[in-house]
Amino acid sequence: MLSTLNSLFIAAVLAGTPLLLGALGEILTEKSGNLNLGVEGMMFMGAITGLAGSYYYEQGVMASGGSPNGVLSAMIALICSFLAGTLGALIYSFLTITLRANQNVTGLTLTIFGTGFGNFFGEYIGQKAGGYVAVGDATKAAFTNLKIPVLSEIPVLGKLLFQYNWLVYFAIILAVAMTWFFNKSRVGLNLRAVGESPATADAAGIDITRYKYIATVIGGGICGIGGMYMSMVTTKGVWVHGCVSGYGWLAVALVIFATWSPARGMLVALVFGGLTIMRMYVNIPGLPAQIYDMLPYVATILVLIITSMRESKEHAQPKSCGINYFREER
Amino acid sequence: MAKEGEDLGETEKLAIKMNKITKTFGKVVANKDVNLELREGEILALLGENGSGKTTLMNMLSGIYFPDHGEIYVHGKEVTIRSPKYAFSLGIGMIHQHFKLVDVLTAAENIILGLDGKVTVNRKEVNKKVSELAQKYGFDLDPTKKIYNMAVSEKQTVEILKVLYRGADILILDEPTAVLTPQETDKLFNVLRNMKEDGKSIIIITHKLNEVMAISDRVAILRKGEYIGVVNTPETDQAQLTEMMVGRPISLKIDRPEVEEKEERLQVIGLTCLNGEGVKALDNVSFTAYGGEILGVAGIAGSGQKELCEAIAGLYPSIGGSVLYSVEHEGTYIKERILGLKPDEISRKGIAMAYVPEDRLGMGLVAGMDMTDNVMLRSYKENKGIFVDRKAPKALSEKLIEELEIVTPGVGTPVGRLSGGNVQKVLLGREIACSPSVLIVAYPVRGLDINSSYRIYDLLNEQKKKGVAVIFIGEDLDVLMEISDRLMVLCGGKVSGIVDPKEVTKEEIGLMMIHVDNQAADDVSGEVDV
Amino acid sequence: MSVQKVKVKEPLLRMAKRDTMSNQKSWTVRGIAFLLSLITGGLVILALGHNPIAVYKSMVVGAWGSPTVIRETVKIAVPLLITAIGISFAFKMKFWNIGGEGQIIVGAVAAGYFGLFTAHILPKLPLVILMLLAGMLAGGLYGLLPALCKAKWGTNETLFTLMLNYIALAFVKYLMNGPWKAPGSSFPKIAMLAPGARLTKVFGVHWGWILALVLVVVSSVYLSKTKQGYEIAVVGESNNTARYAGINVSKVFIRTMFISGALCGLVGMLQFSGADYTITEGIAGGVGFTAITVAWLAKMNPYGMLVVSVFIAMLERGSNAIQTQFKIPASASELLIGIILFFMLGCEFFISYRLIVRGKEETHA
Repeated sequence: MLSTLNSLFIAAVLAGTPLLLGALGEILTEKSGNLNLGVEGMMFMGAITGLAGSYYYEQGVMASGGSPNGVLSAMIALICSFLAGTLGALIYSFLTITLRANQNVTGLTLTIFGTGFGNFFGEYIGQKAGGYVAVGDATKAAFTNLKIPVLSEIPVLGKLLFQYNWLVYFAIILAVAMTWFFNKSRVGLNLRAVGESPATADAAGIDITRYKYIATVIGGGICGIGGMYMSMVTTKGVWVHGCVSGYGWLAVALVIFATWSPARGMLVALVFGGLTIMRMYVNIPGLPAQIYDMLPYVATILVLIITSMRESKEHAQPKSCGINYFREER
Repeated sequence: MAKEGEDLGETEKLAIKMNKITKTFGKVVANKDVNLELREGEILALLGENGSGKTTLMNMLSGIYFPDHGEIYVHGKEVTIRSPKYAFSLGIGMIHQHFKLVDVLTAAENIILGLDGKVTVNRKEVNKKVSELAQKYGFDLDPTKKIYNMAVSEKQTVEILKVLYRGADILILDEPTAVLTPQETDKLFNVLRNMKEDGKSIIIITHKLNEVMAISDRVAILRKGEYIGVVNTPETDQAQLTEMMVGRPISLKIDRPEVEEKEERLQVIGLTCLNGEGVKALDNVSFTAYGGEILGVAGIAGSGQKELCEAIAGLYPSIGGSVLYSVEHEGTYIKERILGLKPDEISRKGIAMAYVPEDRLGMGLVAGMDMTDNVMLRSYKENKGIFVDRKAPKALSEKLIEELEIVTPGVGTPVGRLSGGNVQKVLLGREIACSPSVLIVAYPVRGLDINSSYRIYDLLNEQKKKGVAVIFIGEDLDVLMEISDRLMVLCGGKVSGIVDPKEVTKEEIGLMMIHVDNQAADDVSGEVDV
Repeated sequence: MSVQKVKVKEPLLRMAKRDTMSNQKSWTVRGIAFLLSLITGGLVILALGHNPIAVYKSMVVGAWGSPTVIRETVKIAVPLLITAIGISFAFKMKFWNIGGEGQIIVGAVAAGYFGLFTAHILPKLPLVILMLLAGMLAGGLYGLLPALCKAKWGTNETLFTLMLNYIALAFVKYLMNGPWKAPGSSFPKIAMLAPGARLTKVFGVHWGWILALVLVVVSSVYLSKTKQGYEIAVVGESNNTARYAGINVSKVFIRTMFISGALCGLVGMLQFSGADYTITEGIAGGVGFTAITVAWLAKMNPYGMLVVSVFIAMLERGSNAIQTQFKIPASASELLIGIILFFMLGCEFFISYRLIVRGKEETHA
């Protein structure tokens, strides 16, 4: 029983991490007043570029007779996926911030585009590779669970806390850093002002456009890394058609569940991660597996309803979300 | 009239000089070749009607807008103000009419917003500095209080401190007294005088002549986006200023025609409503409105005016009390209870109650729709069948355009594109067209120029003469005291008194706006207890 | 002639709101944006080592080249068009119904219930009517749920409707694996609809296309000429104004979302009984999302949606052709739709704003 709980916990952390990354990216984006519904698209873009980056690096090294370095390959995946996410977010930012297009529709378009981008290049590279794309053992090893000296060997706790792949720790550090950023730093305070009331921030001398662009683009990059987690860890370095499907939207849901707080995001990601894999660990007789799949979505709906019932001024979506700002609007 | 640069000795320097400034928005010319000079250490009043381009001009100093033409000099140096940040660095700070504050942040956080400094914010230190600054100028402020918990005057304090904290020596205040009681206004003026003593140069935007006379050293006047001139305050009077502002001598007297027969139309008894936080927005409000009179309603912003109008109109929930509406029924009047009914339920009872809400384009009208579609807003259900009938509303629109002299390219133009005065004429025209017996108007002249305002006063007086009970919610005490037959004062959701404006002073009303004498309040409710 | 010198140093580029642009001019802007998007797509194709013109040509031929492919294209356009109409009802009142997918799925499931289990007892006509009503009712009720919560508590409908998609999807998977699993099948799949119960074909395509055309006209009249259409427009502009006008906002939300969901549910029924003859997890196939872009591109005009949905159907059908002919993955259609849409969204800016380059006098009539 206890071991089931332990393995459920571990599996939940592993399944929750891409959601956490996607959600962190979206929190950063929404704090600037941009509601980017393109998380799914950006995750797809990150998923394929991360995988492709590692794959081509390995092919290149092997073609020149060397043997690929796993850590370097992982870094390449990280950078490629981040850049792909920023590319998607940059298109979104240009359209909504500079050209003032509707945020909802632009985000959805980004999802369509990004999904097409991921699947298209996934298949295209697969075709060229003669069937499917998969990374080599060196890269795979770089994304397997870490063995941290001493800490990993602590009984029970070591396994529960110190034996994950490096992206898990990356996500946690990112969440902590973002919490500090929003609450303690000057730039974070300014960013919150931009998201809450751009006209105020503008009058206070904050460069709205720059803040929005940077937050949205970096947020997109983080979403891209979340997508890379899906292709490198979840599917173990093999491109699976539609591998991100639904996770981007779950990340958007998670933002609401976490009430726009990166710290709470970690907890909620664990819960969501747990719900997505629960069917493999908890078997309630008579309850078919597919019904478990509904749980994260049902939970999100419940949270949506509950948060809307008790209107809170502070734990709510930044007020200007969804509305574009034009200084000379009259 | 004073001439430019008259008697400007070597010692007297200019804080700001604006030369031939022009700014257009689409086809609208907001400022045309405007000149303006602010001397160091003076208080300059910038006077002009609504829509005369005062705020636009000042927004170009604070970096919000960018001029199409012209030059700006600050302390003698030509500058290009591209952003609010740059304006701050020049020592220019503007206190906007619509406060620019972030609700979920504290006062101190709002004050340091956008400032350069260390990577992390030391909140303790900032709070201390803000408190000290507040004390220096005689403000009372808790730096850790969140904006959404603040009253209007507190928010204004934060705005002013925000500018002072940045070390501004040129302050621009846009209609700062619009939201204040007479007493709060006096307090603000004292602070402004302190600042002037401190060497600050101040521009105060206003359209209230008595305030101009009270606070300013000189007055610059704008009319329809153009610069008219500047005068020394001690050498002028209200009549001259009015003439410069409007372009012709006019009497600022508002008519108050006497109507003999006064029928009881609307009786409100003990009306009580809660706001979003569960606090009483209206507390045991009782009054009676009579046909053939204008009942003015005064109070500082947010004293329950909106809730009062909306509760009567069926748009705001109440937790207690009663609203009785006298309906003529075969020659006799019967009283209908209307509290708690929805607007369509009220009209189905055969009650013609008109309501001109404060938010014209956000509640009274649909900005994106044309005049026909707006005119049928309250009556589209009347014809039978599933289709809408646009013929009659179109004819009515055309009639309104002619009768009220509404300036519009045509009935097909979205009303959001019309000017403020014309928008109000469309709204008021539609409401009057249903021949109401009670007409509630909330801030009907806000943002309108003087001509449009007087047209609105005339329309209201016409309705009064027809025997309509007019309830006028206003913010300008001078106007309220001139036009109303009786004046009800609200304070914190309670009625602090219903008075005859001919028999009280403005100061007395100001006191009632901030203080409820419980005895008086009881008397009021006793008076209408039938 | 001396040119007037502007002394003030302006920013290089500024923007200002434009007065209204003439129709002709704004359509020219859109046309240019469309061309640019095709060129951008062409560059992608070029980068992959193909001739863009040949690929585009192959797409057009692949969609319109023969009666068989035309029928296929129409089959793709029908669900897209009806869903877009459905969604536009909600969008007109600024209710962001992103749940088209889910509403299509539940519509298909409800129709499937009767189609799969009563086909042997009921004659075709009553059966089809029953399926139609069931599909619409289910879709409508599924759309109603978020509307109720929005009306009561102001619950965010964008995310609510979105989540419902995935719940519906999981439900279909459950039916495929469990209660509705085709007898004797080793795969999780649902049985086929009996041939006698399938929708009649008119010119080779199930009669859904006629229904779609009728709906274009009906919805256009409904939105612009009826009281209910007027109410939708008022609610969409401002809830406060609607309340002030005595419109029951909750009722309009609920009624309109029922219609919106019912039209999506109708699509599910048509797909089940006219196109797929079974229910899979791909029954909606992204139509709910693509339809949003169709509605938006057409600016909520039903006739515009007809044009746009046929165009998008062409892209989708055409990308199957280029997959076989050039070995370009069919996902290219999504990529291309994305690019086109980005351009169309972006070009609206140039219709409502004008750019002022430094030093240039703006002369506007």
